[in-house]
Amino acid sequence: MSFLSVAGLRKSFGGLTVVNDVSLDVARGEFFALLGPSGCGKTTLLRMIAGFETTDSGTITIDGEAMNSVPAHQRPTNMVFQSYAIFPHLNVFDNIAYGLRKQKLPKEALRTKVEAMLATVRLEGLGGRAADQLSGGQRQRVALARALVRQPKLLLLDEPLGALDKRLRGAMQVELRAIQRQVGITFLLVTHDQEEALSLCDRVAVMETGRILQIAAPRELYERPNCRAVADFIGEMNFFHATVRAITDVDVTVNAGILGIVSFPRANLAAGIKTDEHILLAIRPEHVGFAGAGLAGEIADATFLGERSHFHVRLAGRGEPVAVSGNAAPPDKAVHLVFPPDKLVGLPTE
Amino acid sequence: MKSRGLLLYAFAYLAFLYLPVLVLPIFSFNNSQFIAFPLSGFTTRWYAALASDTAMQHALGNSLRVAIVTALFSTIVGLTAARAITRYRLRGTKLALGFISLPLFIPDIVLALSLLLLMEATSFPLSLVAVAIGHLLICVPFALTVLIARFEGFDRNLEEASADLGEGEWMTFWRVTVPLMLPGIVASLLLTFITSFDEFLLAYFLSGTQATLPVYIWGQLRFPERLPMVLALGAIILTASVGLVILAEYVRNLGARKPMVGA
Repeated sequence: MSFLSVAGLRKSFGGLTVVNDVSLDVARGEFFALLGPSGCGKTTLLRMIAGFETTDSGTITIDGEAMNSVPAHQRPTNMVFQSYAIFPHLNVFDNIAYGLRKQKLPKEALRTKVEAMLATVRLEGLGGRAADQLSGGQRQRVALARALVRQPKLLLLDEPLGALDKRLRGAMQVELRAIQRQVGITFLLVTHDQEEALSLCDRVAVMETGRILQIAAPRELYERPNCRAVADFIGEMNFFHATVRAITDVDVTVNAGILGIVSFPRANLAAGIKTDEHILLAIRPEHVGFAGAGLAGEIADATFLGERSHFHVRLAGRGEPVAVSGNAAPPDKAVHLVFPPDKLVGLPTE
Repeated sequence: MKSRGLLLYAFAYLAFLYLPVLVLPIFSFNNSQFIAFPLSGFTTRWYAALASDTAMQHALGNSLRVAIVTALFSTIVGLTAARAITRYRLRGTKLALGFISLPLFIPDIVLALSLLLLMEATSFPLSLVAVAIGHLLICVPFALTVLIARFEGFDRNLEEASADLGEGEWMTFWRVTVPLMLPGIVASLLLTFITSFDEFLLAYFLSGTQATLPVYIWGQLRFPERLPMVLALGAIILTASVGLVILAEYVRNLGARKPMVGA
C-alpha cells in the first residue's frame, strides 16, 4: 500500500490539458521528485495534491484517505512555495507559529516547539527577525520550518532552491536531504533541475507535456532511460539508428549501421520492442572510449572542463559528431572509438 | 530661459490655486463684519462665537455621523468588491467595474435630482439616511480604486500559504488579508470620510430638515453679519481636511514601502 497514491489524474485550463492521465505511487518516508521542463504540468500536479487546484478526474489518496473533496486547509500536507510566501507582517517566530494556532498550545510549549524547529533549520536566535530582514537562504529555511512544524504527512516543495544562487543551492541540497532523514517525513519535490532531482531524491518521475514518461531511481533513470525524451532531458546522449535482429533472454542483437552488428544486455532494451523494429541505440558520452583500434574518427573540437574534457568526434558516414567525455586527451586528432556493449541502451524511435 | 518661464508659470498657477483659499483664514481673524481690505485688526471673536453656536454644532454632528457611516460602508463594500475583482476571474468584471465607477462621471446635479425623485416616489423620508445612501454612491468608486491598487500588489501565494497552514477562508482573511491591506483600508476610510464630509449638492437635496455642515453654511450666507463666523468655520474645515488628506497619503505610502509580496 503506497503512502501517496495518484491515479488517472487530469486537469485542463480552458481546453488546454495540463495534466494528462498521471498516476504515481510514493512510499512513506520517500524523497520523490517531479522533474520536467517548465510548463510540463509538474507544478499543477503539486498544487492539486496540496488542494489549491481542483481535479478534472482521477483520485489522490494520502495514507489511505481520499483527498479529492478535502479542502486545502484540511489536508495533511504542507508546502514550501517557490516564492516562499513568508508573511511580511509577521516576524520569523510568528511565521513559524502561524500554523499552530488550532493546537492551542500553552505559551511555553509553543515557544519550545518553534525554537526546536528554528534549531532544526539552523536559525537559532533569529525568531525576532522581521520578514524583510532575511536573506534568500534564511527565507527558504523559514518557509521550510513553517511547513515542517505542523508535522505534515507529506511535505510539498515547489522549486525550493530555484531562487537561491548556485553556491547556496549546493549547500541547501545537502541540508535538505539531512533534514528529510531527520524528520522522516515524505517529501515531494518539484524541479526543472535534473542535477537537483538526481542528487536529492530516492526516485524521480520525469514529466513532459502533462504526462509522466518514466519513474525510476536516479541511477536507473540515467543508465536506462525508457525513451529519447528522458535520455535527452537527463544529461547528454549519443543516438544511433539501428534495427533489431534478434532478442534472447539475455541479450539483444541489432544492426546499427556504422557500428555494425552489436549485442547488448536484454535489460537495456526498453519495454515493448520486438524483432525487426527500428530503434535508437543510445550511449552516454562518458561511456564512449578512445582505444587503439575501433571505429575511426577525427576530433572536431575539444573542451577542457577541469576534471574532464569533452570532445566531439566526427565519424565517416555520420553527419552528427559523437560526444565523448574523458579525463585524458588523446595525443592525435585521428582517434578510434569503442562502444562498450553493456553501456548501450535500446530505445523506441519516436 | 525656457525653464525660468516655466517656473514662473508654475508659481502663477499655484498662486491662482491657493490665494483664494488663503483669503478664508485671513478674514476669519479680521476684526470687522465686512469682507474688505484693508484689514481692520486681529480678533478671535468669530471663533469664540462658533463655540457657542448650537445650530452649527448640530450640523457638524450630522455631518460627522453621515461621513463616518459612509466611510465604513463604502470601505467594506469596496474591500469585498476589490477582492473579488482581483482574486477571481469572473465574467463581466470589467463591465461591473465600469458601472460601479459611473457615478463619478454623472454630474452631481443629475445624480442629486434622480435620487430626490426616487426618494419622493418611494416615500423614503428625506433625512441623514438618504444623504448617506447618496454619498455611498460617490464614495464606493474612491474606495474601490484605492483598494484594488493595494490588492494588485499582493502576492496570492500568501493567502494560499495561510490555507496550507490550516486556516479557512475567514481566518485567512483576518490573519493575512486584512493586516496586509490595512494601509489601503485606512487610506480608503479617510478618503471616503472627506468626500462625504465636504459634499454639498447631494446633501442639499436629500437632507430634508437635518442639515449637514455644508448645507448649514450655505444657509448662513443669507445673513451678512454671520459671514465672518462662517469664514472661521471654513478655515477650520479647510485645515482639518488638508490634515486628513495628508494623513491618508502618509498611511498609504507607509504601506507601499513595505513589500507586500512574500518576503
